[in-house]
Parts: sequence; structure tokens; C-alpha cells
Amino acid sequence: MTALALPTREWLRPKPSALPGFGLTLGFALSYLALIVLIPLAVLVWRASGLGLSGLWTVATTPRVRAALETSFYLSFAAALVNAFFGLVIAWILTRYRFPGRTVLDAMVDLPFALPTAVAGIALAAIYASNGWVGSIVEAVTGLKIAFTPRGIFVALVFIGLPFVVRTVQPVLMDLDREVEEASATLGASRLQTVLRVILPALVPAVLTGFALAFARAVGEYGSVIFIAGNMPFISEIAPLLIIVQLEEFNYTGATAIATVMLSISFLSLLAINLIQSWSRRRFGDV
Amino acid sequence: MSEVRNPTAASALSEPRWVRLSLILIGLAYLSLVVLLPLAAIFTEALRKGVGALHEVFADEATYSAIMLTLTVAAITVPLNLVFGVAAAWAIAKFEFPGKSLLITFIDLPFSVSPVVSGLIFVLLFGAQGLFGPWLAANDIKIIFALPGIVLATTFVTLPFIARELIPLMQEQGTAEEEAAMTLGASGLRAFLTVTLPNIRWALLYGVLLCNARAMGEFGAVAVVSGHIRGQTNTMPLHVEILYNEYNFVGAFAVAALLALLALVTLGAKSLLEWRYGDALAGKSRH
Amino acid sequence: MTGIAVRGVAKDFAGTRALDGIDLDIRPGELLALLGPSGSGKTTLLRSIAGLEPLTAGTIHFGGEDATGLRVQDRKAGFVFQHYALFRHMTVAENIAYGLTVRPRAERPARHEILRRVEDLLDLVQLPGIGKRFPGQLSGGQRQRVALARALAVEPRVLLLDEPFGALDAQVRKDLRRWLRDIHQRTGHTTVFVTHDQEEAVELADRVAILNRGRVEQVGSPDEVLDHPANAFVAGFVGQAVRLDVTVAEGRVRADAIELGAAPAGIPDGAASLFLRTGDIAVVRSGGTTSGVVTAITRSAASRRLEIRLSDDLPAVEAEVSLDQQVARGERVALTIRADRLFPATR
Repeated sequence: MTALALPTREWLRPKPSALPGFGLTLGFALSYLALIVLIPLAVLVWRASGLGLSGLWTVATTPRVRAALETSFYLSFAAALVNAFFGLVIAWILTRYRFPGRTVLDAMVDLPFALPTAVAGIALAAIYASNGWVGSIVEAVTGLKIAFTPRGIFVALVFIGLPFVVRTVQPVLMDLDREVEEASATLGASRLQTVLRVILPALVPAVLTGFALAFARAVGEYGSVIFIAGNMPFISEIAPLLIIVQLEEFNYTGATAIATVMLSISFLSLLAINLIQSWSRRRFGDV
Repeated sequence: MSEVRNPTAASALSEPRWVRLSLILIGLAYLSLVVLLPLAAIFTEALRKGVGALHEVFADEATYSAIMLTLTVAAITVPLNLVFGVAAAWAIAKFEFPGKSLLITFIDLPFSVSPVVSGLIFVLLFGAQGLFGPWLAANDIKIIFALPGIVLATTFVTLPFIARELIPLMQEQGTAEEEAAMTLGASGLRAFLTVTLPNIRWALLYGVLLCNARAMGEFGAVAVVSGHIRGQTNTMPLHVEILYNEYNFVGAFAVAALLALLALVTLGAKSLLEWRYGDALAGKSRH
Repeated sequence: MTGIAVRGVAKDFAGTRALDGIDLDIRPGELLALLGPSGSGKTTLLRSIAGLEPLTAGTIHFGGEDATGLRVQDRKAGFVFQHYALFRHMTVAENIAYGLTVRPRAERPARHEILRRVEDLLDLVQLPGIGKRFPGQLSGGQRQRVALARALAVEPRVLLLDEPFGALDAQVRKDLRRWLRDIHQRTGHTTVFVTHDQEEAVELADRVAILNRGRVEQVGSPDEVLDHPANAFVAGFVGQAVRLDVTVAEGRVRADAIELGAAPAGIPDGAASLFLRTGDIAVVRSGGTTSGVVTAITRSAASRRLEIRLSDDLPAVEAEVSLDQQVARGERVALTIRADRLFPATR
């Protein structure tokens, strides 16, 4: 249903408008945002700046911190990569095919968003432990343990990253003009050629965005990982856990330093997402 | 699967049957492994020792107080973020002012901050060695390791949920209806209550649902500020962790199952809203 | 009936001047069109009259009362929005009743009175029996009528319509124009409507105000603005004219060394703009002041329209000939040109 047409404005909306409440609502929103988000984050940055760049570097390159940051970084990257592929497949079948249970599956994709991370954590630990449903099979077949090793961290990061690529690709796939595919077919392209040369290139920005979102989320993830990770320093310890360890030792400086590095990583991801989107807007118009 | 009468037309715009089937199977297998299996595990583990054991878990004083604390935190956090979301969306969607897109970015900020860092920033502000720590200690005010800290951290993490549902919708709806109400004699408040609010009610409910689910399930941020004081500062997700670490698996999974049910109800309500009121939830998939 | 007096109204939007000293008297009971290209400020002026835009300068009086400081709620100006702005979650009847139900209890009509008023208005706009439907279930033309009924329900002092037919297709537009004219005659409201369509303006309005860049260029009856445009902008904007850059010397008009005819009295020598409508150019059998080559012929129901080039460098002009007059493409025809709408070039 197209409902009522959208208003097109001959002029930019009035600066002083006849609608009331601008000062009140903006004032409240800004104060609230400042109190809850901006000032607390600024304090972190301020604390970190007290350390200086060299101080940050010293903390970030102590072997244990470095190992934890690397673990978080590499495993997040790998998990996001896996989700980029399978997320694309799932988005594809959910938008293009009709099969029984499709709507339920569509809803289940959001479960990692909705399920408290601690709940997901103990559930994954139970399944992938040596005596768990999946863990026992994998161990019997390959001899590899999953839970309480870095492989467990990977599994948890795959779980929490699942929805991102699916949910960024789905709307793009839905809006993709069927006529473009028909045009490709009338020009003699096989279905595979159409998919590879017409459809997939149009999905690249969405997949990259989903990948970056999943990666950023995974780097900071804590709850679902700690139960399955084993948390062995230098082996299966993630950066967020190390922050908590530092806090328990009342080492605020160490915690601040690690937090600053993680914050930088997530802002870089955010920046990457913005760049991808402005690039794709320039190239493909509004997506 | 969609019936297509003309087989040649079908092959031009759709993949061969075996491709479709294998893609669906791959997608289903992946979703089952990553999402459905953990979900099933939660309920199986919770019921491992029968329904009687569940009774014992929920009769426990500590479980009861964890549930109450979680409800209290959500009851404070969600209304606060609701008022913020509506105020911010009103100012952003109905008026033009410089710095608007920066404001929207700031509202989204908590999404890209690791939960652990979200907790850490409040420790840096109010913790024993924090900015206001000495002053708070001198005046005998407890924020960290107490309810206010848990509320603050949860508010930070859930701040964007309602605002980001409302902003695009209200931007799309424009100002004409409110202006029409005012030319007909309605006051600004009246116009908001009789015109704006009914127009955004489903998006509002949607945002509240998501915000509430996250507020009740937040783990990482709360873990940092709570101090895990049994019976006092333990929320449900933290209680899951404690029971799990005490090897009380049935207890842990029983509380986890309760949280999982909340997640499932949220997902169900969300799908219902999307299906029934898709048009009233701007920017959401179908148009 | 209430007239509207607009005095020295100016409006700035973030540094750009949308209205630049507007003076306009709208007579009680008249139907006035605000006509102008997009960006001319016509919608801003209408919104200013309604109280939807705070003014940067100037005053607006409703029938002798200074309304400049009145809130939009208190102006009692019925406003019909371009895209109707119907409340989508209310039925048609609830939409129409809205202005009455938001009144304070003391001034609010009784329930049955409101219901009766809604019925009457639905009859007036020729949509009886659709009160229970929702706006989303109506066609564009029906929505337009409901929006008008809603504005009329509060017994407004003046009626303001923003591009009332802009979003409708051609046939519905024509029907609604006639219908709006009828309603205006029956209710007698002072009515102002915004349009960018000059045909619509001259067909419907008692008087037309032509706006350009935030100023009023001319106000007058359709005859006045069509036959006696006040300046080059008006001449170019109304009446579908082709503009030629010409020079005036010794009472003669020349374009590109081609002599077009005699200049009206009072035009100084030098560069000028000539606006030619189809009626200004006659194809004659012999003689004529000049000649041109027919480059295209199009048919309409009652006549033939010719596109004629006077020279390779001038834009093509158009002439209309009766159906029995035989002309072929490529033929050179003799023309007489009436160079009435001639304005000295402003530079």
C-alpha cells in the first residue's frame, strides 16, 4: 500500500516552525545524551589521554594484552567472514525462495540479537563441550576439541554475528529490480552469469557493511564468549575479559588502555561502514 | 516452492531445482547449527532433572531477588529511554537545525561500544578510584556495585533502541498532519497526542520491546558495575553466570530458559508487528 | 466574509529571502490564485497567511483585525495541504470532526450536532456515506474533497489551498476545478489557492497574483494579466508565449535583422524582449510583414498548430490555422506579427 503520498517540500522545512516544543525536546535530548553517553565516554578518552600515546602503547604491547587483542581481532575477522558467506546464502533463500517454515526461520535469524549473551554463552558451551551434542561428534570424527579452546570463541562469535549480514543484504535483495535480471537474460546471459555479474555485484556494499558490523560486534563481545572460551591467558583470553581482569585488580590504567584500543577498533569499523556506504551511494545511487 | 508453469521462463529467472534445494538445505543446516541447536539445548538442559528441580530453582531466594532486580532495572531504564527517544525523534524529525546528522551518530554510539567498555566508563566515573569516587565515598553514596550503576550502564547500552525506530518513521511522515491539526485549532500538545502519537504507536511499541529485551538481558556492561553481590546486585543474566560457575547447571539453564522465553516472546511480537503493521514501521523491509 | 491584507511581508529561510516585501489585498469573498514558478514563494506566502510560518517582517490583517501575532490555532484559516495531510489513523468522519472535537468543552458543539455537521459536509463535497472509511481507502480526488470538508468544518474565516490539484491526474483535475468553483460560489469563502499552472489559475480565479522570487509581479483579473502583462516576467510566464530578443529602432521591431512589425508607442529604442503567442501570428495568403518556414504541424481537435522558423538563429514561433487552410511542412508562408507584448530589456 502506498498510503498517502510523501510530502515534497518546495522549501527546506522552516527553521522556526509553527510546531512547538523544539527547544524543550532538543534540550532534553541533548542533556540526556550528554549525561548518559557523551560525558562518560569523554572521561574514558580523557583518562586515556593522561596515559599518553606511549603509555597506551606500553600497555597494549604487554604480551598478555597483545595476545588477547590478537585473539579477539583474528577470530572476529574469521567469524565475520564465515557469516558473510552463509549470511548471503540465508538472505538469498529467505527472499527468493518459498519453503515451509520460512517465516519462522526469518524470525529466528534475530535470535542472537534478542537472546541475552550469557544465555547464549552457556548454551553454546553445553553443545560444543566434549560431551555435548555437537562437541562429542566433532571430537569423535576429528579428534578436535571446540569448547574451552580458541575454536570455542570462534563458534560464539559466529553465533552473535549471524544476523548482521542477513539483515543488511535482505532489504537490498528485496529492492533489486527484477527487470535487471530479465534484461540480463534477454541479452543471453545464463542464470549463473546473471547471478555472478548482475546480482552479486549489487550486493557487495551490503555484504561489506554487514561484515564490518559483525566484526565490530565480535571484537567487543563478552557474554557469549567467556563461558565457552576457557579463558586461558595467551591462548583463549579475549580483550574484553582482560578489561574485567584489570578492573578486579583495581588496575584502572590497564583497563582504560585496553578499552581505548577496542574503542578505536570499533570506531575504525564504523568509519569503514560509512565509507562503504558513501562509496556505494556514489556508485549505485541510494541503496 | 513457487510453481512456475513455463519451464524455460523459470530457468531464465530462477536457479535450477537442485541449486535451489541445496541452497535451502545449506541455509537450514547453518541456521540449525548456529541458532536452533543452542536454543533447544537451553530447554533440554533446564529440564534435565525434571520439572521438580525447576521448582527448587525458582523457590530460591537469590533467584527471586535476581528476577525482581531485573524487572526493576527495566522498569526504570525503558521509560527513561522512551521519553528520550520520543523527544529526540520529535526534535530531529520535525525541525531543521545544524549538526543534526552528528546528533544521530551520537545516538547510535552505544551500539558500537563493547558492553564491557560501557560498564567501564561508569566505573571510571563513579568507582572507588573514579573521578567522583572519593566524593561519593565521603558522602556515603553508592553507585557502582549498587542499583544506580546497573541502571546507568543498562540505560547507556539500550539508549538508541527507541530513538532509532522513531527517527526514520517520523522523518518520513513529515509535519503536514500536525500542521493540519493546528490549523483546525488543536494546541501543539493536542496535535502530538491525537495525531503524532497514533501515527507512531506501532514503531514505539516495537522500540520498547527491543529496548526491554536488551535491558533485561544485558550482561557485559552490568557484570562490570554490579559486583555480583548475591541477593542484592545480581540481575538474571548475572545469576545465570553465578549458578553456572557453581556447577548448578539445572539452575543456570532454568533461569536462562526464562530469559530465552522472553527473547522468543519478543521475537514473536516483533514478527507479528512487522507482518501486521509493516507499513507503520518505516524503513522496515516491505513498503 | 473576511478580506486579507498582506503588508510588507518578508520571510527569510537560513539566509535566503523567500518573501521579499509582499503587499497584497485579497478582497472579501473572492477566489484568488497565487501563481508562480517553483521557488517563487507562493506556498510560503500561503503558509504565512495561515500562521504556519512566523514572519521576518510585515503584517497580515484578517478583515481589519491584526492577525500577525495570532497563533495558527486562533487564526481560523481553513488550510488544505498539498498532499491533504489527512490523519491516516482516523476515519473520514473523524477527520472532518477533528477541528470541532479539539475545541474546549464550552465551545464544542454537541455530539449529534457534530455528526450532523459531518454529514452535511460530506454531502457538500459530494461524498455521502463514506464517513466510516479510512483515508488510505480513498482515491486522490476523494481525499482532496475530504481535506476540503475538514477545513470547512471549523467555519474558517478564509480558505487556503496549497496546490489543490497538483497530485491528481488530468481528468480528475478538470472535474475538481469546476467543483471547487461551485463550492466557492455556494459558501462564499474568501479563498486563496496556490498553483504553478497558469491555465488553472486563469480558469478558476477571480483574480491572479503572480509571484516571482518572493515578490508580487502583478495582481489582476485573468483578462488583465493575460492581455496587459505588467512586465516581461508576467508576459513570459502566462499565456504560453515564445520569447524573442529583439531591437527597437525608429518604431520598428527587428529580430536578427528580420523586420517583425511596428512597435507599440512608448517603447524606447534599444534591446527589448518580445513575447509572441499563437494569436499574435497570422498566416496570410500574401503580403505580410515577414515570412517563415513551417517546420512542424500538429493537429488539435479544432485547428492546426504550425511551428514556424523566422530564421535559423531564432527560436521557433507558433501559429494556429483553421483546418481548411492547407499548409505543408517545409513551405514558406507569409506572416503578420502583432508586436504588442514588448518590454525594454532590463540589464
